[in-house]
Amino acid sequence: MSLQPFTRVSGKAAPMLAANIDTDVIMPKQFLKGIDRTGLDRGLFFDLRFLTDGQPNPGFVLNQPAWQGASFMVVGPNFGCGSSREHAVWGLKQMGIRALIGSSFAGIFYDNCQRNGVLLITLDEPLLQRFGRVVSQPEGAQISVDLQAQEIRLHDGELIPFEIDTLRKTALLLGLDAIGSTLQRSDQIKAFERQHLAANPWLS
Amino acid sequence: MTSARTLYDKHIDSHTVCRLDDQGHVLLYIDRQVINEYTSPQAFSGLREARRGVWRASTALAVVDHVNPTAPNRVAAMPDAGGARQVSYLAENCRDFGIELLDILDKRQGIEHVIAPEQGFILPGMVIAAGDSHTTTYGALGAFGFGIGTSEIEHLLASQTLVYKRLKSLRVTVDGALAPGLTSKDVIMALIGRIGASGATGYAIEFCGSTIDALSVEARMTICNMAVEAGARGAFMAPDEKVFAYLKDKPRAPKGALWEQAVEQWRALHSDADAQFDREVSLDASSLEPMVTWGTSPDQASPIGARVPDPQDVSDLILRQDMRRALNYMGLAAGMALSDIVISHAFIGSCTNARIEDLRDAASVVRGKRVAGHVRAMIVPGSTEVRNQAEAEGLAAIFIDAGFEWRQSGCSMCLAMNDDVLAPGDRCASSTNRNFEGRQGAGARTHLMSPAMVAAAAITGRLTDIRHFGDRP
Repeated sequence: MSLQPFTRVSGKAAPMLAANIDTDVIMPKQFLKGIDRTGLDRGLFFDLRFLTDGQPNPGFVLNQPAWQGASFMVVGPNFGCGSSREHAVWGLKQMGIRALIGSSFAGIFYDNCQRNGVLLITLDEPLLQRFGRVVSQPEGAQISVDLQAQEIRLHDGELIPFEIDTLRKTALLLGLDAIGSTLQRSDQIKAFERQHLAANPWLS
Repeated sequence: MTSARTLYDKHIDSHTVCRLDDQGHVLLYIDRQVINEYTSPQAFSGLREARRGVWRASTALAVVDHVNPTAPNRVAAMPDAGGARQVSYLAENCRDFGIELLDILDKRQGIEHVIAPEQGFILPGMVIAAGDSHTTTYGALGAFGFGIGTSEIEHLLASQTLVYKRLKSLRVTVDGALAPGLTSKDVIMALIGRIGASGATGYAIEFCGSTIDALSVEARMTICNMAVEAGARGAFMAPDEKVFAYLKDKPRAPKGALWEQAVEQWRALHSDADAQFDREVSLDASSLEPMVTWGTSPDQASPIGARVPDPQDVSDLILRQDMRRALNYMGLAAGMALSDIVISHAFIGSCTNARIEDLRDAASVVRGKRVAGHVRAMIVPGSTEVRNQAEAEGLAAIFIDAGFEWRQSGCSMCLAMNDDVLAPGDRCASSTNRNFEGRQGAGARTHLMSPAMVAAAAITGRLTDIRHFGDRP
């Protein structure tokens, strides 16, 4: 499955700077009972986004006019910790989130985002905090992210550079199908497997 | 470059098909995967849509564990449409792609991380990836296990490999004797409390030291299992004679000459004496006290003798806000003694702590006593085999006599994907791994602790120091 390439995206950035936002909070259990990827925008941050009577919670950032329809989220440390559920990433994507900017991300969540074409940008903590303060002001919410140039442009034109591994960058820029790429190495995998099973015959 | 290697290096080197760049990415060969009903459906659909096959179906084992009920009378039917669809789609996928399935009525059914070691499906030296974060459990057998998402499951099914970035290495040395009443759960909870919920993010942990050596294989599984709550993407221990004894004669373990050959090779699975780790942490087990969580992240934990901490005492603004939010959710006031916290539920279950040794521990605490009148207490064995063994040993009768519900196996109230769900405001002493907001039910409050501590709390109706439990009338 090819992905939507990520080149240059402009939009609003919503701040959510609490630490350790886990995937149970991002996508609660009642939305995990499907066998496809659809309908998960409804479940995203469900207990935070909606009040107990089902009405949108006006206090939640994605419900506030300045950040409604955000393309980015600026998040606190260890975002995406906990369960491996990829439903969390599918939900973010279906809500229109194209990239997350934070100081650290949980490992499985990081890989899940990559595999869905969602860009994760890691900034050091002081810079992230300053960036978070900027987008927390309604007038500072509009940003753009240029993956090719590895730059975030703030509303006032300030540029924040970021690092990303070449392999991940290329895959995101091209929207590559990871499985297709790997299967081009089938002969190499087969050769490795023969030798591996011969050396460890109990694995056969 | 030094030739001395860590155990992690050895696992990754021996499973590297090829290097993909000079930034640490490799194509990693995966020996085994375990598949469940809730994270796999979209992976199989992806294969079907792309008309791809499964690379090597015999390396996968599927089990139903997350959505099934745990009511004492086990039936094949799922009570809800979503769960039923996931279970029937798993059966269809396993049939079409030739993967062995342990369905809900199978005597070998149970939580994936309990049954895979139990069946001898996991062996030292293996690399295992599975669609569940607690795949780190397998590190206790000297294997390297890590959790992956659904897209990676599909990649693994199709190619037997993953595009993998090498982690940094962290050695955690735990020395000293645990005080009576303390368990490996207290060790890992203390470690998480100390290094934080992302303290090991980007690292693979190797545990060593006299405390680890002295633990049983099952107790070690609890430590590797919960290492992911510190962010570790893999945690393991060098396999020793205890591991070999644990595995010998397991249904899928090699037999005869092949077994001897395997053990010979497994003895080399340890870090070289002069191997360098990127980071070192040490923990004195003799100074530990029984641990409980008071917040909504596994690192918000304290010894049971402590008080609920005061956010005012925390200088870091983010940490202070997190603590305030956590205490608000948990309905706790700063300064309150943890042992004054009254519970409504007690749950012993999960891939962290529902093996036979855990149930023996808990049974020894509750024998001849009664669950407090205001507490609903449940035991959900980690596997059907554990359940059957506990019944044969008389443990089930002890629990039932004490007023516990004796249930069938599954993930159950650890994540409450089935019908074992807490109501808003319920407060549960739990032998599980995550105290996240809403984890056991929207608005429900979770306190993590060892199975023995849960058992004691069930009897007294409040969080209780297991070391003084016998003193109570």
